[in-house]
Amino acid sequence: MLYRENGQFKTSYRADQQVFPIAQDRIAIGLLLAFAIVVVPAVAPEYLFRAILIPFLILSLAALGLNILVGYCGQISLGTGAFMAVGAYAAYNFQARIEGMPLLASLLLGGVCATAVGVLFGIPSLRIKGLYLAVATLAAQFFTDWAFLRIKWFTNDSASGSVTVAGLKVLGQPIETPVQKYLFCLGFLIVFAALAKNLVRGHIGREWMAIRDMDVAAAVIGIRPVYAKLTAFAVSSFIVGVAGALWGFVHLGSWEPAAFSIDRSFQLLFMVIIGGLGSIMGSFFGAAFIVMLPIALDLLGVTVGFDTALASHLTFMIFGALIVFFLIVEPHGLARLWSIGKEKLRLWPFPH
Amino acid sequence: MANSRKIGEVVLDVKNISLRFGGVKALTDISFDVREHEVRAIIGPNGAGKSSMLNCINGVYAPQEGSITFRGRTFTHMNSRQVAEMGIARTFQNLALFKGMSVLDNIMSGRNLKMKTNLFQQAIRWGAAEREETQHREFVERIIDFLEIQAYRKTPVGRLPYGLQKRVDLGRALAMEPQVLLLDEPMAGMNVEEKQDMSRFILDVNDEYGTTIVLIEHDMSVVMDISDRVVVLDYGRKIGDGTPDEVRRNPDVISAYLGTSH
Amino acid sequence: MGFFLETLFGGLMAGMLYSLIALGFVLIFKASGVFNFAQGAMVLFAALAMARFAEWIPKGLGIESKIVGNLLAFAAAMLVMIAVAWLVEKLVLGKLVNQEGITLLMATLGIAYFLDGFGQTIFGSDIYKIDVGLPKDPMFLFESVFPGGVLIGKEDLYAAVIAAALVAALSLFFQKTATGRALRAVADDHQAAQSIGIPLNRIWVIVWSVAGFVALVAGIIWGSKLGVQFSLSLVALKALPVVILGGLTSVPGAIIGGLIIGVGEKLSEVYIGSKIGGGIEIWFAYVLALLFLLVRPQGLFGEKIIDRV
Repeated sequence: MLYRENGQFKTSYRADQQVFPIAQDRIAIGLLLAFAIVVVPAVAPEYLFRAILIPFLILSLAALGLNILVGYCGQISLGTGAFMAVGAYAAYNFQARIEGMPLLASLLLGGVCATAVGVLFGIPSLRIKGLYLAVATLAAQFFTDWAFLRIKWFTNDSASGSVTVAGLKVLGQPIETPVQKYLFCLGFLIVFAALAKNLVRGHIGREWMAIRDMDVAAAVIGIRPVYAKLTAFAVSSFIVGVAGALWGFVHLGSWEPAAFSIDRSFQLLFMVIIGGLGSIMGSFFGAAFIVMLPIALDLLGVTVGFDTALASHLTFMIFGALIVFFLIVEPHGLARLWSIGKEKLRLWPFPH
Repeated sequence: MANSRKIGEVVLDVKNISLRFGGVKALTDISFDVREHEVRAIIGPNGAGKSSMLNCINGVYAPQEGSITFRGRTFTHMNSRQVAEMGIARTFQNLALFKGMSVLDNIMSGRNLKMKTNLFQQAIRWGAAEREETQHREFVERIIDFLEIQAYRKTPVGRLPYGLQKRVDLGRALAMEPQVLLLDEPMAGMNVEEKQDMSRFILDVNDEYGTTIVLIEHDMSVVMDISDRVVVLDYGRKIGDGTPDEVRRNPDVISAYLGTSH
Repeated sequence: MGFFLETLFGGLMAGMLYSLIALGFVLIFKASGVFNFAQGAMVLFAALAMARFAEWIPKGLGIESKIVGNLLAFAAAMLVMIAVAWLVEKLVLGKLVNQEGITLLMATLGIAYFLDGFGQTIFGSDIYKIDVGLPKDPMFLFESVFPGGVLIGKEDLYAAVIAAALVAALSLFFQKTATGRALRAVADDHQAAQSIGIPLNRIWVIVWSVAGFVALVAGIIWGSKLGVQFSLSLVALKALPVVILGGLTSVPGAIIGGLIIGVGEKLSEVYIGSKIGGGIEIWFAYVLALLFLLVRPQGLFGEKIIDRV
């Protein structure tokens, strides 16, 4: 009843094709954005930004990128950490080596480099799929782990092996305080989410999903598997690369290759599975869940009385169990549960 | 019997096609032609190689011998995308629909070849990509009207009953605006009413748009009713070729494949 | 030359250990078509079980003899692995019958994480020792040919022999027994196998138990050599390139693949790695696997995969 679509008729295809065709959805999104942009910076404590909100925003962005590859195009990737690393280190090199390089340009160029590497490691997908492709992406992961550790040029010959960025500024406006960092990342997320949503509802999105669902039939209607798969890798890696650059520059400030290890890759894959494969919103749900769970468990540990080591073991167990649970019960993850919930709201309080 | 159209010249010419999988001979020295605007049926017992023949025309399989000529261009094996660009579309026996997408999206995917906006335009959407999307949506809606599936356009195809899924399969092929439409058992698994609907759709397409139809079908009454000419295959060889009446009286056909109406 | 041989042998021995883990992969894939990402976690879990039971059981039952203690611990650990196999079948595999490979792969990833967390919860997360009496001293071979001889770890040699015995036993099992044939049928097509009356659930429990047994043996050998610690499951990830090289469906392939990777890693580290910064062991196996995937995806001994429409 709350959520009635009755009376909301569309009289043009253009109106029917909107991202949020139902008025209640538009209002809800508007409120959410207003809340995120205005209310949160005003009231949230600093700890919240550093520990939860900023990681959530950046990891949502990365999960969004991964979802395009895995959820929409059906190509499994266990090397997401590698592409984040490429984005981060490339952006670092542009920023550190070129005098007066604007921050935005460095970040975006980091994404471009990640795109190049992503397309390169995407080439195997033209010949192999599924678990074989997973192993191929692992090669990307471990190779970049090694490259950023051992090849001194990437870290600007830093003695400690780690790199640092400081004094971030966009058009003269510094990005120093948690609120500034939060709004900076939020801006990126909103822009990229909009662009990604447009891509997946356009004809390239249908090409990706066709390849995912049945690549033989896709070829017969004239879709080129090569183009579809490589563009999926390209777009995905670009987004993941920018996310990686943001992670290093904005969240960490100073990092080593271990920040982008295989654990990060698995973490992002879990976000996408739990949140919902093939759903933009699912990426946000998954990221929120995975960011919040360890913190929730830590809090639980403090109240109930077990230590952080146990909390981290429990985190592993719960992640593992949830992956299996979602794969069995709701392969479309939290996003599907959310839309089922909305459907129930249409009839509430009259279920049948 | 559909006989009021003007049947034109030979548009598709299959010559001496042989196809093997390892030791298994799927097709042996098959030759036949298809004329523009006609409805050409391919019949034969199960395993005769009918789907394999369509797969050769479509570029899914590459025959070891023989050639296929389409509008004067000859190929020894076809490339799927090229085939689609040349205007040949098909449906599949086992429904190769994109289960994760809605009816609308499935049929829109058939417009893919004609959609030209690049990645950047699509990412921005406002402007060229939106116009293109709307324009093709209009075209697809006409197909949806034609196939009478308006109520299901936003439903994921995986949830539809089999008969409706077959219509979506046809819709996707029609979206390609094909000159030649290959239909692989479009009526398999349908009841009498559904078959009548499907026959009507096929004949309408042939009538209104002049689309050449190549049709694999088991139901002999349908074949006799709507086709202009028939090719008969058995164990990968051609054993009959002619009008439905000629084929029906062919002793080889009778002995190999007792035609009965279901 | 002596140094080269030492490196070679070292590589062969390390390779043997990879092969042990890869065996578990191949078993499960051969019998259920599932790519078991959790194999490494199973190795760690089994090793933890063994290490802790070897501590707890003698203390709890007051047993003095090391051998009896170890045997009891082994039996207990094996029971645990069978329980794991049963639970995996009941809670996971049974519910995902005939889903696509990618779903099953991700499910095993979930199982891996769960086992990692669970193992450390009940068995603890320190580094534990396993001592089953494998001799740890080195020996010197070919002293007559090379001055000083070629250094080989006795422990590694024992491991190699055990692995070889396991391979022989498993190959016989698959080829000659009715259960083995049933396993291969299941790997081909779950639904078809069910329709001819093969009891899928029992088969899967058997397979995962055997894989658990292999994991336990591998865990004991690795654990005895390196100590039982969390990084074991990461090392086990190395077995993935091994099965790619050898072929997912080939038991001897797992061995040969392991040897190639083991030798390749050591040799490339010594002769190439030193020139480009060292530490290339972390990616050598994977890049090799990647090259294989582009050229010969079925590996050296695997079956060719044909896709029919």
